[in-house]
Amino acid sequence: MESVLALLIGLMVAASVYLMLARNVLRFLFGLVLLSNAANLTIFVSGRLTAAMPPLVPKGMTEPVGVVANALPQALVLTAIVIGFGLFAFALVLVYRGYLALGTLDSDAMRHAEPAPQSGGQKAQAKAEGEAS
Amino acid sequence: MSWLLALPIVLPFATAVLAFLLRDRGAFGRRLSVVGCLLLLAASAALMAAVLDEGVVAAQMGTWPAPFGITLVADLLSAVMVVITAITGLAVAVYALADIDARREALGYHALFQVLLAGVCGAFLTGDIFNLYVWFEVMLIASFGLLVLGGDKAQIDGGIKYVTLNLVSTVMFLTGIGLLYGMTGTLNMADLFFAVREVENQGLLTVVAILFMVAFGVKAAVFPLFFWLPASYHTPPVAVSAVFAGLLTKVGVYALIRMFTLVFTNDTDYTHGLLLVVAVLTMVTGVLGAAAQSDFRKILSFHIVSQIGYMVLGLALYTPLALVGAVFYLVHHIIVKANLFLVSGVARRLTGSFELSAIGGLYKSSPLLAVLFLIPAFSLAGFPPLSGFWAKYVLVKASLEVEAYIVAGAALVVGLLTIFSMTKIWAEAFWKPHPDGTTPALTNLARSERRMLLLPVFALAGLTVIIGLFPQPFVDFAERSAGQLLNPTAYVEAVLGVETVIGRLP
Repeated sequence: MESVLALLIGLMVAASVYLMLARNVLRFLFGLVLLSNAANLTIFVSGRLTAAMPPLVPKGMTEPVGVVANALPQALVLTAIVIGFGLFAFALVLVYRGYLALGTLDSDAMRHAEPAPQSGGQKAQAKAEGEAS
Repeated sequence: MSWLLALPIVLPFATAVLAFLLRDRGAFGRRLSVVGCLLLLAASAALMAAVLDEGVVAAQMGTWPAPFGITLVADLLSAVMVVITAITGLAVAVYALADIDARREALGYHALFQVLLAGVCGAFLTGDIFNLYVWFEVMLIASFGLLVLGGDKAQIDGGIKYVTLNLVSTVMFLTGIGLLYGMTGTLNMADLFFAVREVENQGLLTVVAILFMVAFGVKAAVFPLFFWLPASYHTPPVAVSAVFAGLLTKVGVYALIRMFTLVFTNDTDYTHGLLLVVAVLTMVTGVLGAAAQSDFRKILSFHIVSQIGYMVLGLALYTPLALVGAVFYLVHHIIVKANLFLVSGVARRLTGSFELSAIGGLYKSSPLLAVLFLIPAFSLAGFPPLSGFWAKYVLVKASLEVEAYIVAGAALVVGLLTIFSMTKIWAEAFWKPHPDGTTPALTNLARSERRMLLLPVFALAGLTVIIGLFPQPFVDFAERSAGQLLNPTAYVEAVLGVETVIGRLP
């Protein structure tokens, strides 16, 4: 069971990397969601999988009997899902605001904070073109 | 004891809630932030006194015993980082009184600022890696808010790059935690110190170590993972970028130091060897990037990257003296870099721009500001007798001791190139006349504003000079701190209890 999930995680990471390599920021975000879910699954699997053995303490006892599922990774995953959801919601709104303010979703076209430098090469080229005409 | 450890986290959160509720009250909400920082400073001083007095202090939150519950723990490094966080927070909070406009205040600047401080303090004090992840997120979400608060085009643009790259690093950190937990079955850092030694597949542990290294490397802005930093740090108001520049990347460095001295020490040849290469490349690329810039804050941003290299260098050499250098550098750098950003803000107020070609005349009309710039700038470059000189001296000496001559040479050359950048700022902003012919005198500012803007700059410059003139107590402190890092017996004993530790120590 672990190996199946491990393969699934690998697939998710591969797909997310593919998405995150896109210039479109929205695609990047979807890749990020996929990646964070892959991370959540990793934590879940790393707690070892035990089917149908809930970590419940029988009445009148102070600890569960026999082998039970590990509850800690589930708590961690829950925390991670909540945080991840919050951050994703923020990032989505930010990208939307970015689309409204900058008019593009292409990360290469977002040059407001870092305008393309007027490099010496470009200047020389422009000069050469001017002289040629 | 548990209150002492929790206060540096609780106080900023409480201030944040109040500041948020009173965000429309103008002056009142503003002063609240300063009061909160003063209380934080007092709490951090009390914590520091306790740590100096009793050694490492630890507390179990909710009284769950150590490896199971969340532990807060402060050794000398944590304590000094919390103190320096409070100092920087206070300086920036005072500066913000005159720097942040009413619109950003109404949007909740002060509340976000305090949450940021809480997140930073939490990251320094926690003794549990999953909890560290949570504090990173607290810090991150507050910094997202601060970065885009106001919503200028450049801010949104820089914000998108900052947010996306930092989120990727967060996910990597989370994956690393999952894998480490899967191998060791524990999340408590002190417990991990023992647990990693029992892992059968040590090679796999190194793989996880690299995952952590990349995740913290993005936060710390090391080569080649730093691109989010110069893309975003120059976009928000100065009162935001100064606190970012001072504290945020240093949390990444702190996490690197903590994890790679306490947990991942199984294959130091490989991991710390890799860090050494990264450190040198970070120093060199950062300083070359700065040389290519012509904007006051962009130059300073690239210098953050280059200076991070020095701190990582101290960790990477992994000798007692090198760690002394790393700790010393960490403290010195936070003060100096926050101060330089504050100075850039005052310069912008007076001259109207951050773009060096569009400003000038500061030396003639505001000689006081010129002196206040020279102190942190020379300290950054490593001029004696300022604090940066001692920090660099220790690191260069440490690399010569292990015969890493190329590293020592790179550290010295980067120091020289730092002077080049600082000279550029000096020549453009201070020496040459203002291109518009205006006289950017400090007296142009209203009296009260001038006080708020210059007081923190004065205080931080004074600290730099004090550390520089009387380095001995600070170096002694750094030595003790490095000793604790290299021999974490006291740390694990404080967290797990002496009885549990006996017999498990190698």
